[in-house]
Amino acid sequence: MVEAVFAEARRQSLWGDAWQRLQRSRAAIVAASLLLLVCALALVGPWLSAYTVEQVDWSQATLATPPSLSNGHWFGTDANGRDLFVRVWIGTRMSLLVAVLATIVSVVIGVAWGAAAGYLGGRVDGWMMRFVDVLYALPYMFFVIILTVVFGRSLVLIFLAIGAVGWLTMARIVRGQALALRQREFVEAAIALGLSPATIIARHIVPNLLGTVIVYATLTVPQVILFESFLSFLGLGVQEPLTSLGRLVAEGALEMESSPWLLLVPSAVLAIVLLCLNFLGDGLRDALDPRQRR
Amino acid sequence: MTAEPVLQVRNLGVNFSTSQGEVAAVSGVSFEVHAGECLAVVGESGSGKTQVLMACLGLLASNGMASGSALFTGQELIGADERALNRVRGTGIGLLSQDPLSSLTPHLRIETLLTEGLVDRGLATRVKARERALQALADVDIPEPEARLRQYPHELSGGMRQRVALAAALMCAPALLFADEPTTALDVSVQARVLELLAGVRDRGVGVLIITHDLGVVAGLADRVAVMYAGRIVETATTDELFAAPEHPYTAALLAAVPRLHGGAQARLVGIPGDPPQPSARPPGCAFAPRCERAVDACSESRPELTQRAGRSQVSAVPGDSSASIAARGAPITSVACHRPLHAPAAVA
Repeated sequence: MVEAVFAEARRQSLWGDAWQRLQRSRAAIVAASLLLLVCALALVGPWLSAYTVEQVDWSQATLATPPSLSNGHWFGTDANGRDLFVRVWIGTRMSLLVAVLATIVSVVIGVAWGAAAGYLGGRVDGWMMRFVDVLYALPYMFFVIILTVVFGRSLVLIFLAIGAVGWLTMARIVRGQALALRQREFVEAAIALGLSPATIIARHIVPNLLGTVIVYATLTVPQVILFESFLSFLGLGVQEPLTSLGRLVAEGALEMESSPWLLLVPSAVLAIVLLCLNFLGDGLRDALDPRQRR
Repeated sequence: MTAEPVLQVRNLGVNFSTSQGEVAAVSGVSFEVHAGECLAVVGESGSGKTQVLMACLGLLASNGMASGSALFTGQELIGADERALNRVRGTGIGLLSQDPLSSLTPHLRIETLLTEGLVDRGLATRVKARERALQALADVDIPEPEARLRQYPHELSGGMRQRVALAAALMCAPALLFADEPTTALDVSVQARVLELLAGVRDRGVGVLIITHDLGVVAGLADRVAVMYAGRIVETATTDELFAAPEHPYTAALLAAVPRLHGGAQARLVGIPGDPPQPSARPPGCAFAPRCERAVDACSESRPELTQRAGRSQVSAVPGDSSASIAARGAPITSVACHRPLHAPAAVA
C-alpha cells in the first residue's frame, strides 16, 4: 500500500518516469553501478591504504615499485615513491569533482541562455548570440589566467572558469534546437493558450532539448577532465601534493617504458569513468523520451 | 440575443514581406461571430483562411503584418501588445488546431496539458484545476478520465487526442473557439464525434469559428458560412441558403465539386479548372475570373465589392427558423462579391 502510494507519487514527474524507464536499460544500470563504485572508492579509497597521498615510502628497494599485494602498494608507487593507490583515488575524486561541477555550470548557463535566445528570436537572439561569439573569440587561456590573477588561485574558481568556457558551445547547440522547436505546432498551441514565455521555454522547449543536452554533456565531461590536466600542467589547476587523473596519466606517460603501471592504472580508471558516463548518458536520453518503448 | 458580437472583424488584411516584395495573403475581410453561433470559413488551401485566425491571435509569422480591426468583446486585437493578447488567448479565445498529435506537447501528461493554462495564471490551484480537467474530459466523452490524465498524447488514439485538444482549448472557459480544420486529420467515423462535440460547445453559448475546406462539415455544423477565395470573402450566407442557392460562381463550383454518393459509377468527378492565383500575382479584377464560366470582360477589369443582397430567408422565413433569428440580430444575411451572381440580380444597397 505504502509502496503503491510512493510509486504513484513518483510517477507524477518527468524525472520519476525517466527513472522507471532507466531501470529497464541494463547497460545504463551497469554503468551507473560501476560509476557509483568508482565514486565510492574515490571517497573512501585513500583511507583503505596505510599510506597518505604525499608520503614517500623509503622502505622499498627502489622508488618506483611495481604493484604488489604483499607490501601494501596495491597499484605500486610512482617515481617519487608515493603510493599510487591513494594517489589514483585522490586524483579520481578531483577529476570527478571538476567534471561534475564544470558540466553543471555549463549546462545550466548554456541551456538557459540558448533556449531563451532561440525561443525569443529576432533582435534579442541576435544580441545574445553576438555576446557568445565575443566570448568565443577571447582566448580562453587568457580568460582563465585573468580570473586566477584577479581572484587568486582556488579550486572553485577553476571549476567556474572551465564551466564558463564550456557553456558557449552548449548555448549554440541549444539555441539551434530551440529555434527549430519554436516552429512546432505545440509551441504555437502553448502561445495560443496564453502561457508566458518563461513557462513555454521551461515546460515546452527545454524538456524537448534534454536528449541533446545530455549527450553533449557526456561529451563535455572528458573534455573538462583533459582541460583540467592541461591547466594543472601550466600551474593554474590542481597543485601537488593533490593530483588529478589527467595529471597522473601525463606523469605516467613519461615513465611508460620503465614503470608501465603508472600509465595503465590511472588510464584504466579514466577510461572506465568515461565509458560509464557515455552509457549512462545514452540510457538517460532514451529514458527521458516518453515515446520510447521497450 | 441582440448583444454585440463576440468577435467583430472589419476590413482585416494580412501582408507578408517576402523576398518578392509585399504579398497580400488576406485583404478586406469582414465578418462577425455571435455567442452561441457557428461561422464556417470555407476555401481552398492558400485562400488565407488560417491567416485570419492567426492574425486575430497575434500568431502571424514574424514577416507577417495585420491591418484593419478585430474586436473581441470590444477589445482590439490587431496591433495589441503581447500582454494584452495573453489575457485573451486561452481565457477569451481557445484554439483547436488541425493535427492534435503535433499540437499537444509530446512529453507532457494530459493532466499538465489541460491544467497549465489555469494553474499558470493562478486561476486555480493544482487540485482545483485537476477537478476541472476531469470534468472537461468527461464533457468531451472520454472514458476513464482519471487514467487519461496520467497518459501522454502518443498513448491516445487520434480521435481521443483531438477531443483532449478540445478539452484543453475549453479549460479556461473561452467565449470564442477557433477551430482550424479540426477534422482534417481524423478518419470519418471520428470526425462525426468531434463535430457533435463542437455543436455541443456552440449550444452552450460559445461562439465557434470553424475553418474548413470540407463542405460536409459546414452542412452539419455551421449556422453561417463565409466563402473565401484568394484572400477575400466572396460570399457570406446562412448555411441553408448557401447550399440551396449559391450566388457566387465559385461557391457553386465548390458545391458541384463535392462527390455524390448517388451519382452512379459513371458520374464524373467535377473539378474547378485551373489553379487559384498566386498571392503575389492576383489579377486586377475578380480573382476568380480566369477560372469562371460566367466571366465577362468587366470581371477581369474591376473587382466586385461584397454587396448585401435580399436574403431569400427574409422572404421564405418560417417561424423559429435559425436564419430568421440571425436576421433579427441585424447581421447581413447574404453578401456576394460578383458582377454576375447566379440568381436574380436584386442588390439591396
